[in-house]
Amino acid sequence: MSSNSASLVSLQKSVKQLRKEAGFRRIKVSQAAEDLKKFCLDNAQKDPLLMGVPSSDNPFRPPKSCALL
Amino acid sequence: MLMVEMCHVTFASTSEHHQLCRLEYRSRLIIKSTFIDISVIRLCFVKMACQGLAKGETIHTLKAESETLKGKLEEERAKLHDVELHQVAEKIEALGQFVMKTRRTLKGHGNKVLCMDWCRDKRRIVSSSQDGKVIVWDAYTTNKEHAVTMPCTWVMACAYAPSGCAVACGGLDNKCSVYPLSLDKNENLAAKKKSVAMHTNYLSSCSFTNSDMQILTSSGDGTCALWDVESGQLLQSFHGHSADVLSLNLAPSETGNTFVSGGCDKKANVWDMRSGQNVQSFETHESDINSVKYYPSGDAFATGSDDATCRLYDLRADREVAIYSKESIIFGASSVDFSLSGRLLFAGYNDYTINVWDVLKGTRVAILFGHENRVSTVRVSPDGTAFCSGSWDNTLRIWA
Repeated sequence: MSSNSASLVSLQKSVKQLRKEAGFRRIKVSQAAEDLKKFCLDNAQKDPLLMGVPSSDNPFRPPKSCALL
Repeated sequence: MLMVEMCHVTFASTSEHHQLCRLEYRSRLIIKSTFIDISVIRLCFVKMACQGLAKGETIHTLKAESETLKGKLEEERAKLHDVELHQVAEKIEALGQFVMKTRRTLKGHGNKVLCMDWCRDKRRIVSSSQDGKVIVWDAYTTNKEHAVTMPCTWVMACAYAPSGCAVACGGLDNKCSVYPLSLDKNENLAAKKKSVAMHTNYLSSCSFTNSDMQILTSSGDGTCALWDVESGQLLQSFHGHSADVLSLNLAPSETGNTFVSGGCDKKANVWDMRSGQNVQSFETHESDINSVKYYPSGDAFATGSDDATCRLYDLRADREVAIYSKESIIFGASSVDFSLSGRLLFAGYNDYTINVWDVLKGTRVAILFGHENRVSTVRVSPDGTAFCSGSWDNTLRIWA
């Protein structure tokens, strides 16, 4: 009895969730992809790992200096 | 001596449960840290189970509706699938050769590094390890600034507070604790520890929200939860995964109050933080999802999985839009992160390498060697100038 009730509860939950997802308003992949592409290209110049920055500007690039005792 | 009994599924106190309907039994007792410790198994009633069947509903009608809805969803998603992401990216210039090297190696952990996080100051890092130690480093100089020994081993999660004044961590202790960082290096950090979150299984991931005041956690108990740091109070719980939740990531602040989680049920779920509702769910991976990370615009997220692939899911198209995989890559991806513009995806794998993917074209642009054991965590610095990787070889590496 208990296991039937447990599966009933989980089935109710999953149907409720599916009903919600059915009502979701989706856009076409072509539009979504264009937006992703646009974001990348618009922000490319500000992406140091993508563009590479001169050693003088990247705090990690110059090797750590040795302290002279 | 006061005790609070809570159902570990709904987190509702048992006094709220209806006596009449007992469709499901769970036996757990969650004890708040301020009360005296007892271990007693009690029966408690699941509140959700008290909603009776609507008129005419039976197991059969529900099953049929479930199948119909699933079929409809697939149809809908397929109709909108008019092009592949890499096709849209065909005309873009290909990325050149990447020269990324280890610029710093952070040595000091006595065992596997499991997690790390950057401070917003772009130079400090917190890392946690299987040996129970949590270390705060200055990544520029590689100096250790603070070290805490946790009472448990396998500290699987750690996070830096937005202010830079505290760190949160947890693991096999099933808790998430916050340690304020003292400027006095000699002060015993463990003395000021604050226990915030309590789960009924291991803590897999934690993250502060936009302030030091709230923490989001995910756990092996299959739930995520939002906590108030000061009082330790549970603010919201998130139920929907059917197995351990391994990773979570908050949406970039501009896009509002949502977060994504991934787990051993192969699902990636997107949640509304205020209502606790699961707003979207994605299930295309063939094995555990170890890592989830939002694309910088907040419109998509990437996942890394034990099925040796990383995938990109677009939230507005409501589907998977790219798979990053190669026949030669057969080991699981443990951790993923994007570069600032979202063009590059860094992924750490169990075969000791880090692969760098062109997110738009779907191709691999670099493979980074250096670690001598599994890469367990990969995170790009807040200003995007470098990324840090942690590994089971006990070290962390900064790459730029």
